[in-house]
Amino acid sequence: MISYLARRVAIVLVSLFGASVVVFAVLGILPGSPAQVILGTQATPQAVRQLSAQLGTNKPLWVQYLHWAHGLLLGQLGRSYVSQQPIGPQIARALTVTGPLVLFALVIGALVALPLGLGAALYNGKVSGTFLGALSQVGIAVPTFVGGILLIIVFAVALPVFPSSGFPGWSQPGQALRSLVLPAITLGLVEGAILSRYVRASVLDQLHSDYLRTARSKGLSRAQALWHHGMRNAMVPLVTVLGLELAALIVGAIIVENVFSLPGVGQLLLNAVDNRDLLVVQDIVILVAAVVLVINLLVDLSYHLLDPRVRDEGQR
Amino acid sequence: MTVVVVEAAGARSRAGLWRWARNPSAVVGGTLVGLVVLTALVSLVWTPYPPLAVDPSHTLARPSWAHLFGTDEYGRDVLSRVMAGSRISLYAGVVSVLVATAVGVPAGLLAAERGGIPAQVVLRLSDILYAFPALLAAITLSAALGASTTTAMLAIGIAFIPVFVRVTRSNALVVLGSDYVLAARAYGRRPLAILRRHVLPNIATTVIAQMSLLFSLAILAEAGLDYLGLGTTPPTASWGNMIETGQTYLSQDPLLSVWPGIAIFVAVLGFTLLGEGIAELRNARLGRSA
Repeated sequence: MISYLARRVAIVLVSLFGASVVVFAVLGILPGSPAQVILGTQATPQAVRQLSAQLGTNKPLWVQYLHWAHGLLLGQLGRSYVSQQPIGPQIARALTVTGPLVLFALVIGALVALPLGLGAALYNGKVSGTFLGALSQVGIAVPTFVGGILLIIVFAVALPVFPSSGFPGWSQPGQALRSLVLPAITLGLVEGAILSRYVRASVLDQLHSDYLRTARSKGLSRAQALWHHGMRNAMVPLVTVLGLELAALIVGAIIVENVFSLPGVGQLLLNAVDNRDLLVVQDIVILVAAVVLVINLLVDLSYHLLDPRVRDEGQR
Repeated sequence: MTVVVVEAAGARSRAGLWRWARNPSAVVGGTLVGLVVLTALVSLVWTPYPPLAVDPSHTLARPSWAHLFGTDEYGRDVLSRVMAGSRISLYAGVVSVLVATAVGVPAGLLAAERGGIPAQVVLRLSDILYAFPALLAAITLSAALGASTTTAMLAIGIAFIPVFVRVTRSNALVVLGSDYVLAARAYGRRPLAILRRHVLPNIATTVIAQMSLLFSLAILAEAGLDYLGLGTTPPTASWGNMIETGQTYLSQDPLLSVWPGIAIFVAVLGFTLLGEGIAELRNARLGRSA
């Protein structure tokens, strides 16, 4: 187990290093130096040179990369080229919006997916099962931003129950929660629809298994047999999907924050792209990539803990 | 003799058609995909109005016989723009899926056939790409290269490469471990010939099913980028950027962003169902449960 763990962690570290090089290279191929972008086309070459020296962008690319990577490892994300503000606190502030949003969405997603998927599996082959399956299919095909806009039309324009955009800050907790309701439902419904497909497939697998038939022949009802014998097995693939879903939610939040004008990480990222504030883009992208990699690692490890067969296979 | 063979082949394809016709996912998916493709083809030669023609006297008009879906903030016909937008979505889907397939499938085959260091290199590179979900990859790339349909498609295609690497590798490994491949090796067939004659035909359906599923995800991602202003930019009509501008006029005319939303829904549902239908038919043929 320890050697497996070490190997997986090593792979994640290598991937993370690779990802950081990719991000740096992609954003570094840009024509025009950041100093030029900040000062505009009217600036004198002298002023541009001076600012380049100040920002450190006149050094060779590999030196710049090392400087950036070194800072990341120490938790120093640098200062924005545009606003001159330190980037770390900005991201931290944005996370107080994105974090709760993703968390609520995850809960809503699970609340939608478990009954929907379980129902679709238990009533498989019957009209109600097909209907539940179709419902999730429909949910998958609705893009998050369209879902969000539909919710705005119904619950903010037609019936003004929730705000359609903006975030008052956590100093007003009630208002803040209210403005997260529609965004969280938007994200959660779509992700829940996707997740329910996996719940259905996973539970169906168990329902068709030999040991469940044995349990049934002992006289347990289908629900009892599933609860006592099938659930743990059904959970294994679900943990994977839950992990993938979490990654999808983080990315989905970028779009949803834009729909509802929430000042989260997604909005910070998109504003940075608009303002060509490349260090901010670079920092956020590598952080999201790191989170995705760590989630994948945790999923792999939990697989390992839940299923002894995978444990043996992992020894290869 | 020849006649008998032809007849048998005919009977088999009829049976194949019949299986298709009885699979609801394949039928509904195929129909919706057909509808979208047809719309795109028709829009090349005919739309009710030119998609870019403005009419300042008829801005934000409600649906009527003259403008079935109404008009937008410049008085442009929304139906015409939705029709024209289908081209962007299909184009983005085709290019990004082709990019992902063209790189991912050979890389997956290489990893399966060679094993060892080549496999490790392929898998680690694919791990790195896997850290960038399509949308994140596209945002990064458009920060560097500027917003355009091409940037968006390219980024989505690159982000999908790991999916094809994994699907191809795991399926190819199963085929490569089979007795008939062992027999072919013993017979002296070269690795490339084995890949071409045994592996590719056997994994083709799975790969095609995956292509259809990713096609739907590509349409979603591209529309999302357009919505964020990082893909196809106005005035070119795309479903995503139409929704974005429509959101500005939500209180005056909510339908403005609903029409292109329905279009995305139809296209995505179509390609998802088609992909699932293909996978179900394949599993049914192999006698597995779906």
